[in-house]
Amino acid sequence: MKVSVKYFASVREAIGLGGEDLETSALTLGALRDELIARGGAHAEALARGRAVRMALDQWMSEESAALPEGAEVAFFPPVTGG
Amino acid sequence: MSARVSIQTADFNLADEVAALRAGDSRVGAVCSFVGTVRDRNEGSSVAGMELEHYPGMTEKAIEAMIDEAQRRFDICAARVIHRVGLLKPLDQIMMVAVTSAHRGQSFQACEFLMDYLKTQAPFWKKEQTPQGARWVDARASDDAALAKWGIAATNAVVGR
Repeated sequence: MKVSVKYFASVREAIGLGGEDLETSALTLGALRDELIARGGAHAEALARGRAVRMALDQWMSEESAALPEGAEVAFFPPVTGG
Repeated sequence: MSARVSIQTADFNLADEVAALRAGDSRVGAVCSFVGTVRDRNEGSSVAGMELEHYPGMTEKAIEAMIDEAQRRFDICAARVIHRVGLLKPLDQIMMVAVTSAHRGQSFQACEFLMDYLKTQAPFWKKEQTPQGARWVDARASDDAALAKWGIAATNAVVGR
């Protein structure tokens, strides 16, 4: 299925992209993260396990266990620092 | 009613915002506000400026939901949040929260609640310019602790998660 992925802040800089459209078989946000890590290179570095990465699903903060629906907008970013 | 949430590059005027927030609402007997500004020091380094990034769309939805939650928890009349993005320098205003209520207790609490919530749940990121180069600001565990006192668990600053 198709999903749209966005990257922000230090994750965006490390990957060198603001976002990309992907074809995935991942069923959860965590599985999608693993798929991206498995690509190696900048993706593996930026999204590595042990690194503080937060996720949003269709623009709501979400956990890795969240189910990934067709056409979802997924975002990966570091802990937030506004205010 | 005017917008409750604005994300903008432009500066804001707190007095104008408070005047608009309580205009024509004679239930209001208390107004509380908070303004966050850019310091010239952070984590032991001087800071020449900062760039604020956000997630357009999600930011507005997240803060709207926070205001809905504040309305459920506290007896408030209205609330307004403005947050700037883009390049800012020391002394600049970053953001504001203003809340109105009949009596001061509810607006004091709602203002602090909204700040604590925004700090750990709204998708903004600060990048500071220091003499050692630009660096992304780290999230603080103390901000997670601040939200926990409202009964909301936050793990924004937890490393390795």
